[in-house]
Amino acid sequence: MKTARRHAAIGALCGLLALSACDSGALSEDERAKIASLSIDALGPVPPSPGNRFADDPRAADFGRRLFFDEGLSGTGTVSCATCHNPDRQFQDGLPRGVGVAETDRRTMPLAGAAWNIWQFWDGRRDSLWAQALTPLEDQREHAGNRTAYARYIAEAYAGTYEEIFGPLPDLSQAPENASPLGTETERADWSAMAPEQREAVNRVFADIGKAIAAFERTLAPPETRFDRFARAMAAGQQPAGNAAFSDLELEGLRLFIGKANCLECHNGPRLTDDHFHNTGVPPAEGLPEDLGRATGIATVQSDPFNCLGRHSDATPEACEALRFMKRDATAMERAYKTPSLRGVAGRPPYMHAGQIASLEAVIDHYSSAPDAVSGQSEIRGVVFTDRGRQALIAFLKTLDPSGP
Amino acid sequence: MPPQRVNGTRRFMLAGLGLLAAAIAIYAAYRLFTPPAPEIDIAYNTVSRDGLYQVMFETDAQPVPVNETHEWVVTVTTPDGAPVTDASIAVDGGMPAHGHGLPTEPQAAENLGEGRYRVEGMRFNMGGHWEIRIGISADPGLDEAVFNLDL
Repeated sequence: MKTARRHAAIGALCGLLALSACDSGALSEDERAKIASLSIDALGPVPPSPGNRFADDPRAADFGRRLFFDEGLSGTGTVSCATCHNPDRQFQDGLPRGVGVAETDRRTMPLAGAAWNIWQFWDGRRDSLWAQALTPLEDQREHAGNRTAYARYIAEAYAGTYEEIFGPLPDLSQAPENASPLGTETERADWSAMAPEQREAVNRVFADIGKAIAAFERTLAPPETRFDRFARAMAAGQQPAGNAAFSDLELEGLRLFIGKANCLECHNGPRLTDDHFHNTGVPPAEGLPEDLGRATGIATVQSDPFNCLGRHSDATPEACEALRFMKRDATAMERAYKTPSLRGVAGRPPYMHAGQIASLEAVIDHYSSAPDAVSGQSEIRGVVFTDRGRQALIAFLKTLDPSGP
Repeated sequence: MPPQRVNGTRRFMLAGLGLLAAAIAIYAAYRLFTPPAPEIDIAYNTVSRDGLYQVMFETDAQPVPVNETHEWVVTVTTPDGAPVTDASIAVDGGMPAHGHGLPTEPQAAENLGEGRYRVEGMRFNMGGHWEIRIGISADPGLDEAVFNLDL
């Protein structure tokens, strides 16, 4: 009888194992499909940039790389794109908010894969990489420069390179040294005093600066990660080997990510973003002015003279899909911010549009508790995580790190 | 081999099988009492709410893609199959479970004739259940067709 009881106990254990196997067994077909959809192998080539006919010109990319690192492209001579977009740190700065000449209101975004974005900036206030690249140049807290000074600088420092790519430089000898529609009062007055054709000549050189920088940034593809090697093995029906193999914790985290944690609702596709804007109830950073996110970005991108429909864009109006089909309902987009790509996310705290959340643990706590938004409507429904679940999710996110083990 | 041992092995197997069966039964019962997922009528061909129109959509992208801006061709006929050639089409939609709309504002770009209309700017930014509402205004009246998509 004693033996029988022991055997019965073993039998019960087998039964329990069978039950738990329903949760931890082989990946289902649905799970495999979701994993494949996140893999870098699902990322197509860099999409065309119809507004920038130099987008794929290697000479423009090379010129853009030089401009990207050139501190001469600032009002103070001390700030380049790389000041905040540091190539050693995934082209970001690790700070809550970017600091050029002064501190800005938003977290610096990494650049790998930015050319795949439909919208640029956290609020999508630019519709192309080249229009984006122009914006910090004239922001007084970033490069703190002005339009005519930039055009004159190009003529002075890069005339040959510029003309090889973009054609003859306009005569800028009559242009004021410092003038811009966005600058100081004097700069704005001097800009208004310029002849329209002179303003357009400066605008063209200015736009070309953006087009060259964008051509360089288009070469920054997201690097392959451990997750991608894992996904590739899965897709090939092979057992992931070497560092492509996931630990139990990482696999558990992946399953949460594509399953119960609902992460996939926004962080989907091979860049782990849906290229859209969501209010997730992230509280405002203290001391900053009111920030309504996409609700403001909608009008800003429409009025941007360098948008896809503007006169310095090389696109036909039909090609401007982002603007043509843009969701214009600002009320629904209050405090909505762009879903960031999660590639490399573990290596670049702090998080959110103004660096409000210091760690991934705290990000998961935020999505778990799902606080109400200070304004607008949060889309987040809280998810209860076990301690193990939190650890697992973070372990999985680390497999998206390009420098992951 | 002593008979007692044979007996023990058999008893072990029986006990194991019995408990496994019980476990499976419990699991089956659990599944049985879990409420089923709500039934969603997924069809690319439907009748508008008030029955004024038969509405169908087609898309080159199959299956309907996530995160890819694409076009639909919407075909509108009367219930007896006559093409409705002069309709105004408006497209809207969203995810009822998440309380948000489409990420884009699709537009009826072209009347292709024979009751066919090209709609541009369709885009879905996540998998799951989407509801697409197609408003139709033509001689028979104003009506709306609703498509449920499970992406």
